Amino acid sequence: MKRSSLFIAQLLFTLLVCAFMLVPVLMSLVAGLTRNYFQGVSSGLTFDWIAQVWQAYSPTVWLSLQLALACAVCVCVIGVPAAYALVRMNNRFSRAFEELMVLPVAMPGLASALALLLTYGQFGSFRSSWLFILVGHVLFTLPFLVRPVMAVMQRQHLPVLEEAAASLGAGPLRRFFSVVVPNCRAGILAGVLMVVTLSLGEFNLTWMLHTPMTKTLPVGLADSYASARLEVASAYTLIFLLMIVPLLVALQAISARLSRGEQR
Amino acid sequence: MTGTTLRLIGCRKAFADGTVAVHDLNLTIEAGETLAILGPSGCGKTTTLRMIAGLERPDVGQVLFGDQDVTRLPIERRDVGMVFQNYALFPNLSVEGNIVYGLKVRGISVVERSKRCAELLELVGLQEHAKRGIHELSGGQRQRVALARALAPRPKVLLLDEPLAALDAQLRERLRSELDQLLRGLGITSVFVTHDQGEAMALGDRILVMQQGRIAQLGTPREIYQQPANPFVAGFVGNLNAFSVAARTVNGLKVSGGELPWSEAGAPSTVYCRPEHLRVVKREGHLHGRLLGQFFQGAQSRLLIEVGAAQPLLVDSADNVIHAPGDLIALAVEPQALFALHP
Repeated sequence: MKRSSLFIAQLLFTLLVCAFMLVPVLMSLVAGLTRNYFQGVSSGLTFDWIAQVWQAYSPTVWLSLQLALACAVCVCVIGVPAAYALVRMNNRFSRAFEELMVLPVAMPGLASALALLLTYGQFGSFRSSWLFILVGHVLFTLPFLVRPVMAVMQRQHLPVLEEAAASLGAGPLRRFFSVVVPNCRAGILAGVLMVVTLSLGEFNLTWMLHTPMTKTLPVGLADSYASARLEVASAYTLIFLLMIVPLLVALQAISARLSRGEQR
Repeated sequence: MTGTTLRLIGCRKAFADGTVAVHDLNLTIEAGETLAILGPSGCGKTTTLRMIAGLERPDVGQVLFGDQDVTRLPIERRDVGMVFQNYALFPNLSVEGNIVYGLKVRGISVVERSKRCAELLELVGLQEHAKRGIHELSGGQRQRVALARALAPRPKVLLLDEPLAALDAQLRERLRSELDQLLRGLGITSVFVTHDQGEAMALGDRILVMQQGRIAQLGTPREIYQQPANPFVAGFVGNLNAFSVAARTVNGLKVSGGELPWSEAGAPSTVYCRPEHLRVVKREGHLHGRLLGQFFQGAQSRLLIEVGAAQPLLVDSADNVIHAPGDLIALAVEPQALFALHP
């Protein structure tokens, strides 16, 4: 029975790793619902903390959602044509550009934010509006849309589909909107969900770029960790998870559908 | 639908690496004619079709549709219909969506569109499938949708790139005759590319045989088959027996295995004949050899006969008499079935 003891050892190890990762999340969730965390769950469960967070920080939630949606729109408008151009060019220049695009992801967010501040900081009204943060988010999330869209474009037989559309009289613009975009829908959707998810949780860049009037959810979270009770911060996390988990589930469902579509 | 005359004048196309795909091609395709471009892969047949389509621009030369010079027009402004090798149907649209795409692009009203779509669905026999997705169709059905889509905007010219190559043998036969009827019924000028000589013979009013970017021969299927211009054409279109001539005799030519009747003056170095023009006879044949094998092909059987030449002779015999391997076979040939070629 050597094999079964090995199996049990592996199972235990896996469970241990899972516990190591999940327990802190659960602790945080419980903390957000506990009346007094230092006394433990025995002090009773309550939604008061959540209500308190909502009262104090609901503008940050709305701003984060607004930013995430605007970011998704901007990234689509820039990213889909960019992906198309990169796939079509496919030369040394386009590959270099692809690398360049990933730079804001590889660089510390603080550094990109500093660069933005140095360049555009003096334009006061732009600096103090939420659009300034939007620029940072777009820079940061762009590759996360361009990459999956490029992958889908390379899989589809786009050049020959475009030739077919051209033979039927469609000009370049029409071909792009009636053939290219619809046949990359899955990649675009996956990219958009990724972008929304990242934008909602982005802290690095945002923390540097925000003003007291433009606080996003993660910035508010840092605020509450620093200044409020542990229960409040935990309740805040709970709200964040409620927003982000459905998105992640959708992301997973779409990538499953994508891989099924490939097999067809 | 009236056809348009197509002309290629001195069209040349070289690729980026310097290889010339098509050398100075001069070609006139008459209005309403169906031209088959036939050749092995890499002979320039697809490049020629793409120059007519407007998917490639010739480096030198002109493409004319009727009197109009279309050399510089991209495909979307040439008014051609094209059927692609793997059909290139839009996977995001239904059968109907594919067929009306070209009409939509031209801004034709919804009413007109659905009327034309119904006409075409009837033409290709897919009335029941209008709402289906492309993934739900069989290969033959996709081929028909591709054809209907190409024909919907009433193009001046129909271009087909290996239209039947992706289908299995049986379906290919059936669609070949359907396509033939359809093209004849429409009277549209059409050009199709194929590497299948049977397809070219069955569908083409004329066949253009291409070899290494040049015209090897242009003629009706009968001319190509019966009077091939050179050994390449003769070998590519149908099977061929080649006899090396050893000596001229009084009434014929001495070759391995016997003597062939030959009345023309002089002696070519090689003479040729088709497998179906060699007849198995009881005795007194022109050639004698031993049977290597016999392959039953239904309506006829093919015999391989060893006569001491480099290649065994191919004989297509309709009588289906069964011979045993090693049997001595006598063959006769009519003088007019023999021909010489100038390489």
